[in-house]
This record gives sequence, structure tokens and C-alpha cells, in this order.
Amino acid sequence: MASPDVVEIENLSFGYEPTRPVLHGVSLRIGRGKVVGIMGQSGCGKTTLLRIIAGALRPSAGVARVLGEVVNQLDDAGIFALRRKMGMLFQFGALFTDMTAYENVAFQMREHTELPPDLIHDLALLKLEAVGLRGAAQLMPSELSGGMARRVALARAIALDPQLILYDEPFTGLDPISLGAIARLIRQLNDSLGATSVVVSHDVQECFDIADYVYMVSAGRVVAAGTPQDLRRSGEPFVHQFVHGEPDGPIPFHYPAPGYAADLDVGAAHG
Amino acid sequence: MKRITIDLWVGAFVAAALGALLFLALKVGNLAAFSTAQTYVVQAKFANIGGLKVRAPIKSAGVVVGRVTEVRFDNESYEAIVTFNIEGRYQFPRDTSAKILTSGLLGEQYVGLEAGGDGVMLKSGDRLRLTQSAVVLENLISQFLYNKAAEGKDEKAGK
Amino acid sequence: MLPTSTWARRMAERALLAATRQLLERLGAGVTARVWRLGFASRFFLYMILHSGVAFRRFWLTVREIYFAGVLSLIIILVSGLFVGMVLGLQGYETLQRYGSSEALGILVALSLVRELGPVVAGLLFASRAGSAITAEIGLMKATEQIAAMEMMAVDPIARVVAPRFWAGVISMPMLAALFSAMGIFGGYLVGVQLIGVDEGAFWSQMQASVDFREDIMNGVIKSVVFGIAVTWIAVFEGYDAAPTAEGVSGATTRTVVTSSLAILALDFILTALMFTGGNAR
Repeated sequence: MASPDVVEIENLSFGYEPTRPVLHGVSLRIGRGKVVGIMGQSGCGKTTLLRIIAGALRPSAGVARVLGEVVNQLDDAGIFALRRKMGMLFQFGALFTDMTAYENVAFQMREHTELPPDLIHDLALLKLEAVGLRGAAQLMPSELSGGMARRVALARAIALDPQLILYDEPFTGLDPISLGAIARLIRQLNDSLGATSVVVSHDVQECFDIADYVYMVSAGRVVAAGTPQDLRRSGEPFVHQFVHGEPDGPIPFHYPAPGYAADLDVGAAHG
Repeated sequence: MKRITIDLWVGAFVAAALGALLFLALKVGNLAAFSTAQTYVVQAKFANIGGLKVRAPIKSAGVVVGRVTEVRFDNESYEAIVTFNIEGRYQFPRDTSAKILTSGLLGEQYVGLEAGGDGVMLKSGDRLRLTQSAVVLENLISQFLYNKAAEGKDEKAGK
Repeated sequence: MLPTSTWARRMAERALLAATRQLLERLGAGVTARVWRLGFASRFFLYMILHSGVAFRRFWLTVREIYFAGVLSLIIILVSGLFVGMVLGLQGYETLQRYGSSEALGILVALSLVRELGPVVAGLLFASRAGSAITAEIGLMKATEQIAAMEMMAVDPIARVVAPRFWAGVISMPMLAALFSAMGIFGGYLVGVQLIGVDEGAFWSQMQASVDFREDIMNGVIKSVVFGIAVTWIAVFEGYDAAPTAEGVSGATTRTVVTSSLAILALDFILTALMFTGGNAR
């Protein structure tokens, strides 16, 4: 059953504890072949959203449909089957530290396919070549720089040519050169594989460069959505503050505190 | 770590461990002695078995010839029935007697067999007719005290 | 001083009641939390056993873990075994020769090691060396999202990462205990016969006459298998359940060593009571 959208989320709510919900009635759609960004501040719920799409968390209300399947109703076997069509890049790569870069990329092929070793060898090197690290194939993760490790993890994520690729903060902590490399790779691989990508990030510059559509999330709700140009021109206060990096706005600079004068008076009384 | 090196070390480890187990079994324990010997079953009734335990040795002329396998109480004769295995290569006559003895002064107890003179040998499942119970220390002491008291009385009466 | 007015007394009573209630609540919460965790650990154990197929079908995974858990513990086990045996020889001789039974030294050393010290001390050493390493490794994999990554790749991390380590521990423990006992007896021999001068023939012959293969040696092996299961189960569970932070992993490692050690000693008592005092006591 081919659905036009790869990910459909309707009215989703979720909380790690019943008393503290993280997501309130989130709705969004991700079309096939698109690179979609989910942006917001730290702790706004975007990583949680990504994990729900990946089937790692079950929402308390609402529906999450991924690749035609209702994720929250799948059993373990169903989720495992779904994940074979997905790839995920974790925040700092999460490479297996006891294997070389080559073995990391070949991992999924060895676990899930019956391909002969020669074919796996060629395919793994192909993926590494796509991210420019074929020469680093025999290095251990501890010998790789942050940017290189991230690229190897990317090669690993696309090892089985997934239909949906999820990126959890792929731009965190990278130097400008690696930033550019990763951003370009995300776009290129998405287009060449004919896949769909979801990028969770708070790096406005890079994300806006490569995304077709962006959702802005704040305090567990979608507050804005649109193409990067629309959002850059938007006058909506939160979007404006976020996109232009203003220190004060709907998200206040000062953490809530009682009156300043009152605090100083208390100090004077003790002094 | 290379696969071959790991395989080698694990193989050496397992070999060393098996060697240690073999050393323990043969040089330290008594595995070499009894494991595959053919045995036959014999029973004996005792009025009192004292501290005799299952797996206690059966000795004849001081040599271990078998092991106790079961100790039961017979509710009809109010005696203890001891079942034991004797090594097949040792044949005993039907009128062999069994005594419960102690190794050393206060050591563990065992069953001593004294061969009789009958021409017919014991078969598996036979019961020994002649038995002597264990010496119970309390009875010995009370007997000793009683004898001492009797001697004393005799002396007094004799005076 | 004691409050004498009724109002003061009633306030004091209320405070005491509140404090007691709080103490009980905390105690109850602590116990329920521990029981819940034990239940979780048991379900984890069952799941791991049921999904152990991979650990055996791809036996290389388990062999690799036997190397890291067993082979790398060899040095500490062998050296400790030697020293324990030598101390047993020294101390044993001191006491036995006071009763003129110095020739029973062989029996003393062998039985102490094979029945108790071999499984228990080797178990404690294994828990602190290999158990803590396993916990740290799994905990770190969890903290760096490697476990999550594996789940995302539709590979069951419990089957692939946890189960091989568990079986490696269960297989290594009895082997290490046997090596410990053997080294210990050798150490006792070195001190008793070579150093002090106990008669070599009496040393070995009395030992052989008193150490029974099934009663003593096999029971010792059974003990070490039980300890292996307990220690490795605790080690993999604590690692898998650790909070994904530095403090979480270090706390889990400490908990592994402490809980394993207590478990070994408690199980040792239970097993000894079952195995070595049964006999006629039924």
C-alpha cells in the first residue's frame, strides 16, 4: 500500500512520565524523497519525536505511521522488520568501538544478509567511498577524528540502502569543513538513494541549506512549519528569535526568579 | 586482537583447565580407584550403627573392598539395615561377619568384614547373618563407671 | 527537657509519628524498589537465556569473550592460588603439628581448596576482575549509544552483546576454579614438603585416601558453575541497566563487585549446607 507520505504523525502525545508530557498533540507529514528538518531548542522534544518514528518509544496518544505501518501498534518482530528499511545516524556516531570502520559498515550486511564475503567487502568499500573514507577502512573508531567518525557512521547507516534515514543532531561539535561535508553528504545520499531524510538539529545555517521543509518545535508543540525561505522571512516571534539567534524574545534570557530588589534586600539583611 | 591469537589462547586455557581437573581427579582424589569396578550388593542388620554414614568404607583385613550405599531403619525388627556394594573381584563366604569399627580412636566409622569358613560364597542380594553393632561411647563410659562402682562396693564389702 | 504541657507533648508525639512514618515509607520504598529490580533482572535473565542461540551458533563470539573474561584472568587466579595454597601449608602445619598430625597437611590443603577456597576465592577474584570489566564494557556501550544503534539496525543487543559474555563467564568460572585449586595444592606441596619437610609420600597418599572425586571435587565444580552463573548474570545486568553517564557506569561497576561478592558468599553457605552436611542427617 503506497502512501504518498513516508512519515505521518497525527496528534501525537508522549511523556517519559505520565505527569510530565514531552510532546503535546504533534502533527506532521514527511513526503517521499524530501529532506525535512525538525528544529528547536534543547529539550523541546525533537529527539523524542525521532525515537518515536524509529519505534523505540510508544506514544501515549495519537498515531505515528511510518512507511505505511502504524508504528505504535507493531510487535517486536514488526519493528525489527521496519528498521531494516531505516537507517539512523546517532549524535556522536555511536560506532562499535571494538570493530574497524570497515567492520562497522559491514555489520548490517553480515547480520541480515546471506551475501558472500567478497560482495560484502565490495559493498562496504563502496559505502565508505561515498563518504570519502575508503582509505580509513582499517582504522579503529578511536583513531578517527570526530568528523571522520560521523562520516563512517553515516556510511553504516546507509549500508542496506534504507528508504528512510534519521539524523539525530548530525552537526553537533563539528568543525566548519566537516560541517559542510556532512551537510552535503546528507543531501547527496538522499537524492542518489531516492530515500527520505529527517534531520533533527538546532543548527539553522546548515539545516536550512539542505532541507526542503522544516518543522519548528517548541515545548513539545509544532509552532511553525514551512520551507527554509518562508521561515527566514517569517515574522512569528519564536521563529524570528530562533532563526536570527536573538538572545531574548519568546524564549526569555532570564531564568524565572523572584524580584531582583527582593533578592538584594535579603542579601543586605544577612550582610 | 587477531582471531587466530585469540583461538590459540582460549584453546590453551581450556587445555590447562582440563589438565588441572585431571590432576585433581587422579592425583588428589581417588578416582583411579573405584569408578568402573563391578560390584555386588550385600545387606546386613545391626542393632546400632553408631556413626556409620553412607559412602563409609567396607574393609577386610584393613583393605577397602566396598562402600556403604544405603542406611535404613527396619520398623518391624527395630534394627538398622545397611546396604553395601562389594567389589566384584572379592568373594566372601556366606558366613562372613560384619562389625562396625572405628578408624583410630575417635575417627570415622567403617564396616569390617571377617571371612568365615563356609564353602558357598555370597551372592548379590544376600544378607549377612553375623553382625556386631558399633560401640557407643556413652554405653562404654556408663559400663566403665558401673564397673568402677561395683569394684568399690566389693572392696568395701570385702573389708 | 521533657515537655510537660499537653500541647507541647502532643506536638512532640505528632513529630515522632511523622518521623517514624517517613522512615517506614522510605524503608518500604527501598524494599519495593529492590524487589522490582530483582524481578526486572530475572526477566532479563530469562530473555537472555531464550535468545542465546546466536551465542552458540556463532561460537566465535563466545570464544572471544572467553578470552577477555577467562584468559586475561589467568594471571591473577594462578598467582593467588599459589599464594593461598602456600599460606594454607604454613598455617595448616603450625596447627596440625601441635596435635602430632602434621602428615594430614595434604588432606587439609586439598579439602580446603577443592571444597571451599577454590570456588569461592576464584569467584571473588573473577567478579572483581572480569565481572567489573564486563559491566564497564556493556555500560559504556550503552552510554555511547552503541546499544541503541544496534537496536536501530534490528540486531538484538541482548543476543549479540550480552549472551556471549554471559556464557563465556559461565564456561570460564569452573575452569578458573579448577586451576586455582590445582595451583593451591601445588603451593601447599611446595611449602609443606619442600620447605618444611613433611613426608612427601604421606602428603599425597593421605590426600588421595580422603579426597573423594564425587563428593569433594565434583561438588566444588558444581559450586563454581553456580557462582559463575550468579556473577556473570549480575555483571551483564548491571552493565545493561546502568545509567548512560560516567557516574552511572562507575556506580554499576561498584555494584557488580559488591553484589557478586555477597552473592558468592551467600550461595556458598547454601550450597555447602546442601552438599556437605546431608549424609545421615535426613
